[in-house]
Amino acid sequence: MNLELSDEQIFLRDAARDALGRTRTVEAAREVLDGGSRPDLWPTAVEAGWSGLLVSDENGGAGLGLFDAMLVMQEAGRRLAGVELLGHLPASALLDLASHSSVSDVAAGSLRAAFVGALPPGDLDSSWTVDTVRGMTRGEAPTFDGSVVDGSVAWVVDAPGADVFVVVALQDDSPVAVVVEASDASVEEVFRYDPTRRLGHVSLSSAPATVLDVDPREIERAWYVGQALLAAESVGAVEACMEMAIEYAKERFTFGRAIGSYQAIKHGLVEVLRRGENAKSLLYYAGWAHASGPDEFAIAASAARSAASEALDYAARENISVHGGIGATWEHDAPLFFRRAQLSRRLLGGAGAATDRVAGELLAGAAPGAAAPEEAASTAATAVDP
Amino acid sequence: MDLNDTPEQAAYRQQVRSWLEEHKAEAPVLEGPDALAEDEVIPARRAWQRKLAEGGLAGATWPKEYGGQGLGPIEQVIISQEIARAGVPGILDVIGVGMLGPTIIAHGTEEQKSRYLGPMLHGDEVWCQLFSEPAAGSDLAGIQTRAKKDDGGWRLTGQKVWTTNAQFAAYGLILARTDADVPKHKGLTMFILPMDAEGVTVRGLRQISGEAEFNEVFLDDVRLDDDLVVGQVGNGWGTALTTLMFERVTIGFGSEGMGYRPQRFADAIASDPVASRDGEVRQRLGHIATELLAVRFTSYRMLSALQQGQIPGPEAGLSKITTVNAGIAACELVADALGPDALREDVENPFAYHTSFLPGLKSAGGTEEILRNTIGERVLGLPPEPRLDKGIPFSELRAKEKEAAAR
Repeated sequence: MNLELSDEQIFLRDAARDALGRTRTVEAAREVLDGGSRPDLWPTAVEAGWSGLLVSDENGGAGLGLFDAMLVMQEAGRRLAGVELLGHLPASALLDLASHSSVSDVAAGSLRAAFVGALPPGDLDSSWTVDTVRGMTRGEAPTFDGSVVDGSVAWVVDAPGADVFVVVALQDDSPVAVVVEASDASVEEVFRYDPTRRLGHVSLSSAPATVLDVDPREIERAWYVGQALLAAESVGAVEACMEMAIEYAKERFTFGRAIGSYQAIKHGLVEVLRRGENAKSLLYYAGWAHASGPDEFAIAASAARSAASEALDYAARENISVHGGIGATWEHDAPLFFRRAQLSRRLLGGAGAATDRVAGELLAGAAPGAAAPEEAASTAATAVDP
Repeated sequence: MDLNDTPEQAAYRQQVRSWLEEHKAEAPVLEGPDALAEDEVIPARRAWQRKLAEGGLAGATWPKEYGGQGLGPIEQVIISQEIARAGVPGILDVIGVGMLGPTIIAHGTEEQKSRYLGPMLHGDEVWCQLFSEPAAGSDLAGIQTRAKKDDGGWRLTGQKVWTTNAQFAAYGLILARTDADVPKHKGLTMFILPMDAEGVTVRGLRQISGEAEFNEVFLDDVRLDDDLVVGQVGNGWGTALTTLMFERVTIGFGSEGMGYRPQRFADAIASDPVASRDGEVRQRLGHIATELLAVRFTSYRMLSALQQGQIPGPEAGLSKITTVNAGIAACELVADALGPDALREDVENPFAYHTSFLPGLKSAGGTEEILRNTIGERVLGLPPEPRLDKGIPFSELRAKEKEAAAR
């Protein structure tokens, strides 16, 4: 058992922190809301080699694992850096598996990919579904007839400006992943609430597409890769909120005491820690399952997504509360993390769908832990002196 | 990131597995139609603990000179996993072997180690932990059991509570106040208490479920010799902290062992086709399962840190908070989904028992509130609340508290 970060992973994480630290991303988020332009962080990603994180060595990538990519996403989340990896990485993994002609350019970052994914069937619903423009009803995944793809998918993360799309579509009711040139698709860029995200409604009307030679199980996995990456990004933002709130709780005094000495504040911040650490533990679960426990990857990534989304909402709200009124003002950073929390929870199928998927996997009888050692310990903790 | 055994660990696991395979027929049966009668359970489990000890499966982390194997926490976990896999009970005296024995190893005299550790390890003498009192739980240093110097020994008077296994324990490790005229943490001393000493009375403490899982222990002028002091007179707090550190390890890993695994609750929900399709039920189940799955990987993280030689800090308490609250929410969910039948109190239905058991567990090993205080201060670095008991002799403190209560 060894869950310690390797030297390479520590280097990757620190390098990400360093690279993203060179742009004032949090301040930029506010400036965008005030009418400024988004900083373009794609060159940073390319220079750091993140565009090829999930692409194998032989296809020109770094050949790293999902857990490594999650380390980078945590750093991006910590600084609200709108680096377009959430859309790019799941797409790049599918292109890599099929050794598609574009893969080396995608790995190098000279082509930016975006994943137009679909939620795989669950225990109650046999269909592949996509996000719609509004409402709780989910849409049908696009269809592929062997040469062109038709359909529309809303709120596609990182779609605007992408060069190539990897679209999950149905061909005779079977899932396929197809490649569509961005010039053959119509992308309506939309802005919602969180200024750091690039979102688009993607419409495909008889768009020429080539099918990727990948196992349907990989198409399913790509959805959960997206869930795990978003979870990691949220965990980074939780840590940023927590550090901000703790710092303030130590220096702000009321009634002659630092406010962090009051249980009401202290217990709330410990709850942020508890939720954040739980979500972080589930990142390990997702990373492990992706590499070694494929049967558990759906539940692991969904659990991570669910926990991290909830943790970020809680942390963002607690951060505002601890700061008092000032935490809810335009000049403060806390609202920017709050905006991130609110939009993120509703993307990629929504956190609720991930929570439901956790339940669905269990109700369908997919006992987690089957591949992992049973029970960390059976030493009964019920026998402790209170 | 690797959840797998190293080759050495795999070899050790195989060794443990073979031993269990060979001996598991000798293990006591605690459940099902062949289960032992109630009065046969404790003797059978003591005998089984002896077997495990002889096989090197009890006290594996103890030094060899005291009958242990001198192994690390990973090997201890491997043993626990293999015992669970074999479907046999573990050792009876988890508290003695897991917490009190290590305390004696750290603080006891050579005479104490050679006299007590062997019989403890082999289950010949079961131990109990006599720390908490009716008026001192989370604020443990506020205990009132007095030990007065008496020619060549001490006389103890007071009351302890929440004492697991006291009804059949041979010895207890007891924290008592030997000096009330110094601040409360300074006047404490740890003793070994023979449970058959004159003046010791054990009484079962029934809880919500109706079962007595704990005891109250009354001490009426109990005479103890000087050689029963563990550590130095006046250093009882330091000795107690050692025990509590081992308790933390036990709790950190124990959450999983409490049996609150998500599949168990999902199976109950799945038994009702309407509940298992209900959106609200599924959301609640998803959240509960997520928390319990997180605890599993938190324990792996802790194990990995232990293996690197790090000692778990107070953050281990977060797993307890998560497990207990998720367990409570899960019992609530099952009862909401299945109705009053989920509260049926018989052996077939575990949910009624857990519904009763969990509210008390919230306060076990430190209340949730005190754990959050400690974690906030020691992990997050938040300032402590002002205290009124710092530097005040215990005798005056009691008087002040009484005065304040009378106002």
